[in-house]
Amino acid sequence: MLILHCPYCGVSAEETEFAPGGEAHIKRFGPGASDEEFRDYLFARENPKGVHFERWRHAYGCGKWFHAARCTVTLEVFGTYPAQTTEPPQAIRDAISAKRPGWSWREFE
Amino acid sequence: MTRYSAFAVAREALSYHTGWGRAWRAPEPKKRYDVIIVGAGGHGLATAYYLGRNFGITNVAILEKGWLGGGNTGRNTTIIRSNYLQDSSSAIFEKARSLYEGLSQDLNYNVMFSPRGCLMLAQTQHEVRGYQRTAHANALQGVETEWIGPERVKELVPIINIDGPRYPVLGALWQARAGTARHDAVAWGYARACSDMGMDIIQNCEVTGIRRDGGKVVGVSTTRGEIDCDKLGLVVAGHSGVLARMAGFRLPIESVALQALVSEPVKPCIDVVVMANTVHGYMSQSDKGELVIGGGTDAFNNYSQRGSFHHIEHTMAALIETFPIISRLKMLRQWGGIVDMTGDRSPILSKTPVENIFINCGWGTGGFKAIPGSGWAFAELMAKGQSPLAEEFSLDRFTEGRFIDESVAAGVAH
Repeated sequence: MLILHCPYCGVSAEETEFAPGGEAHIKRFGPGASDEEFRDYLFARENPKGVHFERWRHAYGCGKWFHAARCTVTLEVFGTYPAQTTEPPQAIRDAISAKRPGWSWREFE
Repeated sequence: MTRYSAFAVAREALSYHTGWGRAWRAPEPKKRYDVIIVGAGGHGLATAYYLGRNFGITNVAILEKGWLGGGNTGRNTTIIRSNYLQDSSSAIFEKARSLYEGLSQDLNYNVMFSPRGCLMLAQTQHEVRGYQRTAHANALQGVETEWIGPERVKELVPIINIDGPRYPVLGALWQARAGTARHDAVAWGYARACSDMGMDIIQNCEVTGIRRDGGKVVGVSTTRGEIDCDKLGLVVAGHSGVLARMAGFRLPIESVALQALVSEPVKPCIDVVVMANTVHGYMSQSDKGELVIGGGTDAFNNYSQRGSFHHIEHTMAALIETFPIISRLKMLRQWGGIVDMTGDRSPILSKTPVENIFINCGWGTGGFKAIPGSGWAFAELMAKGQSPLAEEFSLDRFTEGRFIDESVAAGVAH
């Protein structure tokens, strides 16, 4: 059972109060995207074994979308942060580096 | 290889059964193979078996990071059926189901295939229409299924509550030739047959890198050294994304946990497989008497082989309403497996961006039933470069929009 912290309303709650929303920071190409770029935007996923960034919604709380940094092996949550950003904030990256030195995810490290 | 038979049992009895040999060898890896299959689960072993049997390719190694059949092959609920909506799905699943019928004879290994029949309950009007549509589609595909009413369901499953207030049973899609098999035996039977053909099954050998030269595979790096190959088949289910990354490409796949559980053993009380997709639960009774129960997947990425407890709670709550008789049963064991989900809930059997690397993955929550058909088609794809059964399941479909949409056809559980 995951315990997540909503960065908007400040509540820490079990995962049943949240709804998972898939991989975070996906960028859409275009206009003029090629078939391959559009396929990757729609379907290709990192699906890493280890550090992962994803979207969650506080569905049975304030209802807002946010981001979480999580390990897909130990299910440890490194931190959560608001959705209004295109990349993980430095504080979150530092928190991951403290526990998973040398991690990388897409272009981030 | 000692041939298993009633005569062999009698003969070995004379020496108090001390004379039985190992079912498969445990060789050291060679420097080079024609074909390397990564993953000694059902699909990987079946692929190797049909490479040898149908195409005479026997210089094959099957690499396994743990022990053979220790992943999803040993973690599923053993259901075998082929009542899918889309033509390409029905073709490969029906091929698998028909191969299961003769598999024990074919492998000389009892896989305990039990064609006890499978019911997919319709508990909403939407499902009634959906399953009637599937029954018509199956009739056109040559897959024998039938739409039956609630009275017939009650006849087939006396312990079911067909007029529950919340989830009444309005009918079912019935496939009489569906059933179950012993999942470990499927892996063991294929392993024994592969080993007998001279193939090397190398356990405790994790692939740590995939070596390429000019866009073409040349070999793999493993925890037991470097091994060269002409062709490489990746058949690793939940870890497909990890292997694809080693080969330098991404997949349209997310790995999530799927759980199952069994009850304490009880006297025989249900002799068919029942699936209830509205409530996310399915159940059958094993030969030992345990009720084998499966539910839905977690929705977030997970490699831990553990799922969230609330899914079990949800599954059991719904099943108890459908089968009130099980409400006092104790549950004995619960486990999770990592399943590889594609967007259209259909598998991928395909060439990859790297020449001579082939991938067989994306079976998601429904891989066990497909093992023989998947191995048959993937072996053909690896040997000849194309296979009629695998054609529609290529990676291209995600670029071209040719989805094989089974998430609608099957509801949820496969």
